Amino acid sequence: MEASPVRIDDSAAHWQDILRGATEAVAVPVLAVLAALVLFGLFVTIAGVDPFDTYSLMYAGAFGSWFSWQNTLTRAAPLILTALCCALPAQLGMVVIGGEGALVIGGLAAAAIAMALPDSAPLVLQIAMAIAAMAAGAAWVALAGGLRHWRGVNETIASLLLVYIAVAVFNQLVEGVLRDPASLNKPSTPHIGDANMLTTIPGTDIHWGLAYGVIACLLAYILIYRTTFGFGMRVAGGNVKAARMVGLPVGRLVLVACGLAGAAAGLAGMVEVAAVHGKANASLIVGYGYTGILVAFLARHNPLAIVPVAILLGGIGASGGLLQRRLGLPDATVLVLQGLIFIAILTSEVLYGRLPWLKRKPS
Amino acid sequence: MEFKLSRRSLLQGTAALGATALAAGLPFGARAKDAAIGFIYVGPRDDFGYNQAHAQGAAALKKLGGFKVLEEENVPETVAVEKTMESMINLDGAVLVFPTSFGYYNPHMVKLAKKYDKVRFLHCGGLWSDKDPANAGSYFGYIDECQYLNGIVAGYTSKTGKLGFIAAKPIPQVLRNINAFTLGAKLANPNATTQVIFTGDWSMPVKEAEATNGLINQGVDVVTCHVDSPKVVVETAEKRGIMVCGYHVNQSKLAPKGYLTGAEWNWEELYPKLAKSAAGGEKLPNLVRGGLKEGVVKTSAYGPLVEEKARKHADDIKAKLTAGSYVIFKGPIKDNKGNTVIATGTDRGQTDIELEKMNYLVEGVLGALA
Repeated sequence: MEASPVRIDDSAAHWQDILRGATEAVAVPVLAVLAALVLFGLFVTIAGVDPFDTYSLMYAGAFGSWFSWQNTLTRAAPLILTALCCALPAQLGMVVIGGEGALVIGGLAAAAIAMALPDSAPLVLQIAMAIAAMAAGAAWVALAGGLRHWRGVNETIASLLLVYIAVAVFNQLVEGVLRDPASLNKPSTPHIGDANMLTTIPGTDIHWGLAYGVIACLLAYILIYRTTFGFGMRVAGGNVKAARMVGLPVGRLVLVACGLAGAAAGLAGMVEVAAVHGKANASLIVGYGYTGILVAFLARHNPLAIVPVAILLGGIGASGGLLQRRLGLPDATVLVLQGLIFIAILTSEVLYGRLPWLKRKPS
Repeated sequence: MEFKLSRRSLLQGTAALGATALAAGLPFGARAKDAAIGFIYVGPRDDFGYNQAHAQGAAALKKLGGFKVLEEENVPETVAVEKTMESMINLDGAVLVFPTSFGYYNPHMVKLAKKYDKVRFLHCGGLWSDKDPANAGSYFGYIDECQYLNGIVAGYTSKTGKLGFIAAKPIPQVLRNINAFTLGAKLANPNATTQVIFTGDWSMPVKEAEATNGLINQGVDVVTCHVDSPKVVVETAEKRGIMVCGYHVNQSKLAPKGYLTGAEWNWEELYPKLAKSAAGGEKLPNLVRGGLKEGVVKTSAYGPLVEEKARKHADDIKAKLTAGSYVIFKGPIKDNKGNTVIATGTDRGQTDIELEKMNYLVEGVLGALA
């Protein structure tokens, strides 16, 4: 670029750049999802089903009516929080895949505190449950972060192995000291009481977990992109040696990022207990933590993108039943679509900066 | 009674009969077409186990005609099952739903039954209490009767007298099967023992295979199980050349040589019965329980290795169970720590509520609850 003529032009170019970046950030994933849908259409055609029937049923099942929307959003709610568990440490270049463990431990802590405070007012109890769940989840993932920072243990493996430990601890306690003796054939903790349950968002049958998730994503976005702490996270994620050189407290960044991540997943566990089941039992361990990893990667670890991506996956889950019932497709069909979207999004990374109509014109 | 449900008979012109019957029960929108009935499974419907047994029941209903059968598999015991039920009701007009997994009941099915009081819900697990909605029901079978017969056959056929049982969790339903199996085996061979291994969860294929191999290495020569899918256990047993008693459905195809007999659900008989009664507008049965006598459970045909003596004894007891004149849990029964759990002179018949709280392993079972 030559010596720039006037300042105002620079500013215009600057805004053009921002617009170009934003368009790209939307266009690339949308193209990827479209490509995955085309491939999926081929797949169902081979399975002997009309692809356009499939698309229209999927739309009807996921977004076609108010009922379908509520179905989709209810399924999306836990995924938003567990996705944050993967996305926050990712800012530091860490791949934490143990959200499931933090969710399970969080749910357990929430149920345990409810047993310890039987006579509290509902609001007090709910806050206590949330705090207990977030603290337990935070400690769980921070453990993986600490092992990484102080002992050089790979955080991906550590967090994954901690899931198995979490599930074992959970089962041991739920089938042991925390068990409600009346839960004969499905060992569970005692019910927290109907009065203490989280309610639904007015006018819907969606529980408040969805709102918690959206708020948590907004806070995470502000933390990452609008605070010094977040800037430090991103610097350390870019080059940890450089971060140390400039005096950033890398250890603290790692522990806090992992702690916040675990708190998000732990809160998801508390919501499952307080809004859905009313007690902790094996129904908590259904893989929300693992689906959250998929959501985080699809959202490219951007907290604001997590919300629409979780809704997309919630919608796929919501429409899956209709595909089974109306078209006789097996349940695995939905997994095929999820897999195709995942691969398409990962492949689409190469498109950034290469889309011809979004290229910056050489001046 | 056929005319009550059949759409064909209506079309054939027996309108008078059909109309009276149909007018009785179905919600308005469903009268003109086949009543939609939903089935929800917690795992894959071809698992050679728990879910397949239910899918076979759904298939029997489909074969009968006159119903639109909706099926959904791999639905977890979370909000997902609530939404699946609701979707079947809202989008497919289901008038009767069968959520077939134990954990679907509370809070999920109860919540939906309150919300959709015109729709009927029938759950597998036998959990209904009078606090629950009237349009909700729950059913279960005394399958321990068939595990008792499994035990008799296993006791006669085993050469080592060492039997194996691979179980998911130490909960009453499972303990009752282990105990019935062992009591049956001791009828045939008083010295028989059952080594039990708990895997910790309903579907743990790798652990189930390890457990089966471990038992075989200890000299066990007949195994059975109570897990969601016995496929791995049955196949491992066959491969290692030992014998096996089936569970949930008939697995003889997986072990043509070593399959002795099996404890099977008979949902093929119950589901058409329940669907017909719903279509006929009869009152929903809130609690359905039954064993061999009521046709809720059945046994697999004997395999080639079962000798005449074993067949005769098992058939004899089966006839008594079918007649309702036999008690499996008949005192004195001791647990495997030496405590008397059912006193001399006490008969705990199938409907005895005490059996639902079972928390012990009988004498002859090697293993512990915790």
